[in-house]
Amino acid sequence: MTETLDAADLKAMVADLLATHDPATTDRLEFLRARFDAGLAWVHFPVGLGGLGAPRSLQAVVERELAAAGAPNNEPRRIGIGLGMAAPTILRFGTEEQKSRFLRPLWTGEEVWCQLFSEPGAGSDQAAAGTRAVRDGDEWVVNGQKVWTSTAHTAKWAIMLARTDPDVPKHQGLSYFVCDMTAPGVEVRPLRQITGEAEFNEVFLTDVRLPDSLRLGEVGQGWQVAQTTLMNERVAIGGGPTPRESGMVGVVAADWRARPELRTHELHDRLLRLWVAAEATRLAGARLSQQLAVGAPGPEGSAMKLSFARLSQELSGLGVEFRGEDGLRYDDWTMRRPELVDFTGRDAGYRYLRARGNSIEGGTSEILRNIIAERVLGLPTEARVDKDMPWKDMPR
Amino acid sequence: MTKSGSIPPVPQRAGVNLLYSDVEEALRASVADLLAKRSAPADVLARVETDEPYDTALWSVLVEQLDVAALLVPEELGGVGGSAREMAVIAEELGRAVTPAPFLGSAVLATSALLACDTSSAGVAKLLRSLASGETVATLAVPLSTMAGDPFPSAVTVAGELTGTVTTVVDAASADVFVVPAVGPDGPSLYAVPAGDGVTVTPVTALDLTRRVADVTVAATGELLAGPDRAVRALAAALTAGAGILASEQLGVAQWCLDTTVRYVKERYQFGRPVGSFQALKHRLADVWLNLVTARAAARYAADCLAEDRDDVAVAVAVAQAHCSPVAVHAAEEAVQLHGGIGMTWEHPAHLFLKRAKSDEIALGTPGRHRAALAGLVDLPGPVA
Repeated sequence: MTETLDAADLKAMVADLLATHDPATTDRLEFLRARFDAGLAWVHFPVGLGGLGAPRSLQAVVERELAAAGAPNNEPRRIGIGLGMAAPTILRFGTEEQKSRFLRPLWTGEEVWCQLFSEPGAGSDQAAAGTRAVRDGDEWVVNGQKVWTSTAHTAKWAIMLARTDPDVPKHQGLSYFVCDMTAPGVEVRPLRQITGEAEFNEVFLTDVRLPDSLRLGEVGQGWQVAQTTLMNERVAIGGGPTPRESGMVGVVAADWRARPELRTHELHDRLLRLWVAAEATRLAGARLSQQLAVGAPGPEGSAMKLSFARLSQELSGLGVEFRGEDGLRYDDWTMRRPELVDFTGRDAGYRYLRARGNSIEGGTSEILRNIIAERVLGLPTEARVDKDMPWKDMPR
Repeated sequence: MTKSGSIPPVPQRAGVNLLYSDVEEALRASVADLLAKRSAPADVLARVETDEPYDTALWSVLVEQLDVAALLVPEELGGVGGSAREMAVIAEELGRAVTPAPFLGSAVLATSALLACDTSSAGVAKLLRSLASGETVATLAVPLSTMAGDPFPSAVTVAGELTGTVTTVVDAASADVFVVPAVGPDGPSLYAVPAGDGVTVTPVTALDLTRRVADVTVAATGELLAGPDRAVRALAAALTAGAGILASEQLGVAQWCLDTTVRYVKERYQFGRPVGSFQALKHRLADVWLNLVTARAAARYAADCLAEDRDDVAVAVAVAQAHCSPVAVHAAEEAVQLHGGIGMTWEHPAHLFLKRAKSDEIALGTPGRHRAALAGLVDLPGPVA
């Protein structure tokens, strides 16, 4: 049946859902659960897990039809880690029981997910993670510290990398767990950033006991499982085509147009240079989407994040300078814990400071250049002195 | 122009194709194949100081077998009815080989100028047929640095006959016919002036060894191609098409520089290891590659807008030029630097690409002038008074 599903079939299925669950009178959560059960959550997922085994491209049809009918959505931006990273990993490595337990409330947003990968001692080198998980009967006892965890304070679950064998090289001694964020011993502390706010957290794990049923994949297979998670992170960053002057360039251009008295010749040329670079980057993103649409993905994806980081930093820096005297002011240093992050939100000073992180988070620009040089250009790889060294013997 | 504070209209994106079609890829393969056999960088280098810096035999093959001169010309005028998209692919390959041939002057600039004249007039149609067949090579008699939107050139005036000198005309030494912008009592016009009596071509010692320029002095009668009603638009159309297609040439130049340098740093050993294993070099080459990704998108968009005559063509071409010019120059400069000493020698072809890239930066408008044009096009005006 699923092989012959086309747009018309999906439209009919959406119509059925709407007929039995009128969005105007149905509770939001009830509607989302019904949508999941009808296989219209993510149509490329298997039947019974919110999908229909249909081509991913048909999802757009469902979204369009439901949006037109005024149906509630699952607010994907609020549950990005669950949708973008946890779900594909659970689908690929989870047991049947794990899939049916986790995916439905993940998709509806009833249960928020976060990611426990980075540690103070394992940033670019995530495979060096040192949070220990020690087996105790049917349970694992976890001790360690994780960092840069967004939504940790609202999350029910986390995807987590932990070291189960310190006597083998770093990539071989990791296992992948689902961590219950409400379990005793899990302590979440806000991590304040240079912007003044705390959009991330530190997570301290002290004798946290997790049943073995929360392990994803085999013991020692954690790094391979994590690759699925991280690959999906890169896909998510790829994005789709955007209109001209989207993002930071639009914010700065609007400011420029609104404040003629602040313009100088020097800033004008810099702005035009950045505008051109932003437009070329936008076109490259559009080109990448077209490549993906015809099933010929290129290595250009990793270029997009590098370009994006450079542009948002230079543009936001120009944005502060352009303000002149007003550039001396900052809107507010009060510590807040925002649920959503908007790189182009707030004032020029905030945008400038937040943009510094764009070349660090999700893979530093230096690591991305290594990846391009090695995987795209085929240049010799960096020396890996710790490749065959037991994790416990690594210099640190 | 929109009011201050409002966002310029977003161009319609539907139908824009930034990829290469199968036909375009096949065309690329044919051109690349021919150039690899007939005009490798070492062959080009061997030719630059001879009396025949352009490979006329190669140009004949490009014209006769691959329709390079006929591509932009519609079938009813003896052409093959291709578009700027295919021309751009050819430009990429010719740039990747710094092919010494009158492609830009004849097949792009002169042909585009004629196509923007009244093609139902017998003189225009005849010249286009002759260009498409390869019988005639032409060029556009403007300084190569001229940009669309510049004041109409007044170096040549008309009073019975055309008189004046036009400096740094591209491909002039190869031209049988000059398309000459001239100002007469009625205003700006375009004339066709055959090479020969009354036309003096004085070669310039050019920075670019593989694309020649010359000063052209005219004291001759010409055939009117376009009068004041049409000449300004026709010239601008030619310069816009030229600038858009030139972006793809710049992409090709940059691609050769990247490919060749990557190959070299893998083979070159110092300190007992390939120099390409040093992160300082890896990161610089990653940046060159990154620039090529965005340059390719900008060049493809300009070619697509030219081919489909989209409303956004002026912005697309200005973005492509402002972006691809410095990308090509940077790639060529990095090629010289990362080759070390050998990159500084006459013997190695890297300098041919550096010279082409630097000349292309000036050709048909510098990046700074294209940015200045964008300021008006996208409503980002400069300081008030």
